[in-house]
Amino acid sequence: MMISVASVSDSEASPAPVRARDNPTPVVRLSGVSKRFASGLEALGGVDLAVASGEFLSLLGPSGCGKSTLLRIVAGLAEPTAGTCMVNVGGQPGRTAPAGRVGFVFQDPTLMPWSTVAANVELPFRIAGRVRAAERERVAAALRAVGLAGFERSYPHQLSGGMRMRVSIARALVTEPELLLLDEPFAALDEITRLALNDDLLRLWEAHRPTILFVTHSVFESVYLSTRIAVMASRPGRIVADLPVNLPQPRDRKARSSPAYAALCDTVSAALSDAMGEALSG
Amino acid sequence: MSGASRQRALRIAAPLAIGVMFLAAWEAIVRLQGIPSYILPAPSAVAASLWTDGPSLMGSLLVTLRITLAALAAAALIGGGIALLFSLSRILELSLFPYAVILQVTPIVAIAPLIIIWVHQPFLALLVCAWIVAFFPIVSNTTVGLNSADRNLLALFRLYGASRAQVLLYLRLPTALPYFLAGLRISGGLALIGAVVAEFVAGTGGAETGLAFRILESGYRLAIPRLFAALFLLSLTGIVIYLLLDLLSRRLLRNWHESVAGKREE
Repeated sequence: MMISVASVSDSEASPAPVRARDNPTPVVRLSGVSKRFASGLEALGGVDLAVASGEFLSLLGPSGCGKSTLLRIVAGLAEPTAGTCMVNVGGQPGRTAPAGRVGFVFQDPTLMPWSTVAANVELPFRIAGRVRAAERERVAAALRAVGLAGFERSYPHQLSGGMRMRVSIARALVTEPELLLLDEPFAALDEITRLALNDDLLRLWEAHRPTILFVTHSVFESVYLSTRIAVMASRPGRIVADLPVNLPQPRDRKARSSPAYAALCDTVSAALSDAMGEALSG
Repeated sequence: MSGASRQRALRIAAPLAIGVMFLAAWEAIVRLQGIPSYILPAPSAVAASLWTDGPSLMGSLLVTLRITLAALAAAALIGGGIALLFSLSRILELSLFPYAVILQVTPIVAIAPLIIIWVHQPFLALLVCAWIVAFFPIVSNTTVGLNSADRNLLALFRLYGASRAQVLLYLRLPTALPYFLAGLRISGGLALIGAVVAEFVAGTGGAETGLAFRILESGYRLAIPRLFAALFLLSLTGIVIYLLLDLLSRRLLRNWHESVAGKREE
C-alpha cells in the first residue's frame, strides 16, 4: 500500500540508504558496522546508517535483531568487529561523544536504590565533579519536565514503575545532551503509562530537539514518535527498510486516530512482516 | 486490635509461653525426680547462682566480650579491606581466596594451641583465634557484593566518564553494603564462639579469666548451677550481639534495601 504522506519510495528494495547527503555532518554515522560475539553469534551484519541532527529515529525490529547492540555501539559501550561508527556532537566528531553530551535510557530504570530521586538525577554532575547551585537547579528543572517535582527526596522503591522510568529519563536529560539513546524504555510498562510517557517524550523532544535513537518493537509507538523508522531484520541484524514518517508536527493523541497514522502503521507493519519473513526463511 | 499488631503480639507471646512451659517442666522434673544439682540443676538453682555469682561472672563476661568485639572489629576492618583488594585486582582474588578458604575450614580448636604458643600476649592470642573464625563471612560476602554492581549502572558510569574511584565510591561500595552487613551479622556470633573456643583451649587466660574458663572451672568443681549461669550469660551475649548488628543493618538499609524497605510497607 502506497500512501502519499508515507513516501515509502523504493527504500524497501534497496536497504538503508545513507542519507548523509541530506546533511553534511550527521550526528551518527555507521558504515558497514558488523558485530560478532565471542559465541559466534553475528548480531549485526554490515549496517550503514546516518542520523541527521534533530532527527527522531526509531530502530524497529523483532527481538534479537541486534537493535540494542547497535545502540550500545553508538554509545561506545560496545565496539564493532568490522566497520566504523562515528559520533559528532558538540562540534567534536569522534568515535564517541564527550562525557555528558549523550544520554542513555535502558529498558530498566537502572536507578541507584540507595539514592534519592534527586541524587539519581544528579549523578552525571557528581561524576563530572561539579554539583553547585546551578546544577541543582537543572536537576529540579529536569524533574519538573518529567512531572516529578516534589519527589526529589523519595527513594526509587517508593515510586511506581512509570515514575521510576521518568526519573531515568530526567537523568538522561539533565545534561541537555545533543544525542539521546533509548533502548526499549517503555517495553516493561503498562499501556496507560506507556502512552503517557510517549507524549512526554514527544514534548521533551520538541522543546530541546536532541537527536534521538529510539529502540522499540512496537509499530504504533515508532510511527507516533519518530520522524524516521529504520526497520531491522535479524541473523544477521541489518536494516531492511528506511521509512520517513511525515506526520504533521507537533503530534498529540489525536494524531493516533488520523487516517495518515493508520496508513503509516500499515506500511511499517508490512515492512516489519517482510523483515521477519526474511529472517524466518533465511 | 488490628491484624498486624496481633501478629506482633503473637510473635513475642508464643515463644515466651514455650519458654515458660519448658522452664516449669524442667523445674518440676528435677524436683519430682530428686535429680542432684551436680547432674542437672533446676532453673531456680541456676537463677540463684546467677544472683550470687553474678558480679564475678559479669567480670568474666566483660573479658570475653572485649575479645569478641575486638575480633569482630578487626574482622570487619581487615575482612572488608581484603574484599576491597580482591575487587580491585582479579589476580589478587584468584591467588589469595583459596587461602582464605583454607583458614576458614581449618578447625580453630586444632590451630589455637599453635597460636597461643606463637603469640605470647594472651589477649592478643585469643583475639587472633576469634578473628580467624570471624573474618571469612565478611571477606566472602563483601567480595560478592563488590562484584554485584548492576551492569547497566556500570555502563552508565562509563558513559559519563566516571573514574575507577568514582565507580567504587558511588556504585560498588553501596551495592556491597547489604552483603557486608549480612556477613557482619554472621561474624558477630562466630567471633563470640571463636573467643570462647580459644579460651577453652588456652586454659587460663592469664590474670583475667573469661567466661569460657569459668565454665571449665565450674565443671571441674562440680559447681554445675554456676556452669549453667555462665552458659546463660554467654547465650544472652550472643543474642544481644545479633540483635544489635541486626538493628545496625536495618538502620543503614531502611531507605532502600528490599530486605528492610519492602517490609515496612506491608
